[in-house]
Amino acid sequence: MEKQKIKEIVILSGKGGTGKTSLTASFAALQKKQAVLADCDVDAANLYLLLHPNIQKKQPFVSGKLAQIRQDDCTACGLCQEYCRFDAVIKQSNPSRDTFRIDPIDCEGCGVCVHFCPVSAIDFKEQECGEIMFSSTQYGPMVHAKLHIGAENSGKLVSLVRKYAREVAKEKKLDYVIVDGPPGIGCPVIASLTGSSFVIVITEPTLSGLHDFERILQLINHFKIPSALLINKWDLNPEVASQIKELGQKQKCLLLDSIAYDQSFTEAQLKLQPVVEINKELHDRLELIWEKIIENIH
Amino acid sequence: MIVAVASGKGGTGKTTVSVNLARAIDKEILLLDCDVEEPNAHIFIQGKPIKQHTVNVPIPKVKEDLCKECGECAKICEFNAIVSFNTVPLIFPELCHSCGGCIKVCPEKALFEIDNPIGELRFYKNGKISLIEGRLKIAHPMAPPLIKSLKKHIDPQKLVILDAPPGTSCPVIATLKGSNFIILVTEPTPFGLNDLKLAVETVLELDIPFGVIINKNEPGKSIIDEYCQEKNIPILIKIPNQRRIAEHYSKGKILVDVAPEYKNLFIDLWQQVQKLAKNSTL
Ligand code: SF4
Ligand code: SF4
Repeated sequence: MEKQKIKEIVILSGKGGTGKTSLTASFAALQKKQAVLADCDVDAANLYLLLHPNIQKKQPFVSGKLAQIRQDDCTACGLCQEYCRFDAVIKQSNPSRDTFRIDPIDCEGCGVCVHFCPVSAIDFKEQECGEIMFSSTQYGPMVHAKLHIGAENSGKLVSLVRKYAREVAKEKKLDYVIVDGPPGIGCPVIASLTGSSFVIVITEPTLSGLHDFERILQLINHFKIPSALLINKWDLNPEVASQIKELGQKQKCLLLDSIAYDQSFTEAQLKLQPVVEINKELHDRLELIWEKIIENIH
Repeated sequence: MIVAVASGKGGTGKTTVSVNLARAIDKEILLLDCDVEEPNAHIFIQGKPIKQHTVNVPIPKVKEDLCKECGECAKICEFNAIVSFNTVPLIFPELCHSCGGCIKVCPEKALFEIDNPIGELRFYKNGKISLIEGRLKIAHPMAPPLIKSLKKHIDPQKLVILDAPPGTSCPVIATLKGSNFIILVTEPTPFGLNDLKLAVETVLELDIPFGVIINKNEPGKSIIDEYCQEKNIPILIKIPNQRRIAEHYSKGKILVDVAPEYKNLFIDLWQQVQKLAKNSTL
């Protein structure tokens, strides 16, 4: 028997506001229950607003440690402050004795102070950085997450969401995982890209959009992942839209389609629905785009 | 005074607000583009950088002849950036947080530090606006060290505007920390509200005074107005939803330059920011 190969399709945009989540939700609605949906925009997750998941299981995301000085044991030698490269140790000068404390916002969790404290007065505990949720939606199973405010390790959380989504796909014998990716090109984006099968970049024709597209393409090509391009609101600036197309062509990024600015994106969002549910024309068009995506995944 | 412009998600108009505010104030302004993953402010400031330089962070390197293969370096590293199976250690530069732990712990002094480039700073000047942009190297995952090195250029005597990255995680915290006022830009949509709530939580944690701008505003009362009223959050200004504004933006034009009727809006913004920042320090 042939081993099942799950295909992961990652949807990125460089930055927000290009309609990425609305389009991801639309593909989710169009894919006829062959896919697991994974929201990897763990920083500002929005996909759930359109897919209304029914949460079936939650589990804490524990990752990364923070240092904390036990004041009773601390002899105020100040070595931790000297050794910490992140200026996380704060000294408070008092007439009787100085006190040292660690600012949890600045602490990088490297543990150098913990290791070198001569009287072992520093605790180093794992932190709960967020939550992972396993849900069902009317379009199929969904794995999503919520990173706590200011928490680090978003890359790790993204990798976990993807891993669980693949597991669900395997268990339910589904062929695809659709990943709603985070903005930017940093660690959470890298974590959502590596090892995936196909990347779709949703962009808009602004000079900023062009610049963002250029950088994200460099990243995608760095990891040698096949990619495709979908231009949203092309009519906002047709000139820049064709510059984006040209760039895509040069960089071997397949052009899927260009969609004109459409008020129904906002209307659908206000109704908390994927746009294909309220606009027949867009529904048919995006259905063709989805077919094209599937055809191009090998 | 340091004013940061932030938002829970991207594409809400942070850069629009940053550059227009900088232009409307009509004083010497230092603008820092802290969205180092996708820096865009330079598109509006235009022109070529007047100078640029690489930003490095220290990472370990092993002098193999001194290494006794004890593996202590790998034990202290919390980030799996240096690994050893009782062998000469392997180093993964993109995982290294530059904490220096392995260097300090090595009993043979077999590790030393070398520079690892993570990006660059680019300097631009246009009229009274000086822009410094951080630009993360492609495929380097960690933005905060670059943001921190960018922020070293802050002159507290001057007016500084920080264009923050989107979201609520570490690069955003690295940007916002230490600012005197935060402007949160959002849109009157469910996504906008959802992300604004997260941004508000972040800012409350940092305990910095803040206010909200509603971008792409439609006439009438929106879900953002309702939320801000309930939470007692000041709404600074509203920028109307007009295709013309989006078109100017798409061409990389500063709105107050091409449509001076908006200048008063940003002057008004600046006055409110000054007032709110001052009241909170009294
Ligand atoms: S764990 Fe590292 S970052 Fe945190 S306080 Fe200690 S030395 Fe500083
Ligand atoms: S400097 Fe710190 S993070 Fe980097 S390899 Fe050494 S112990 Fe690990």
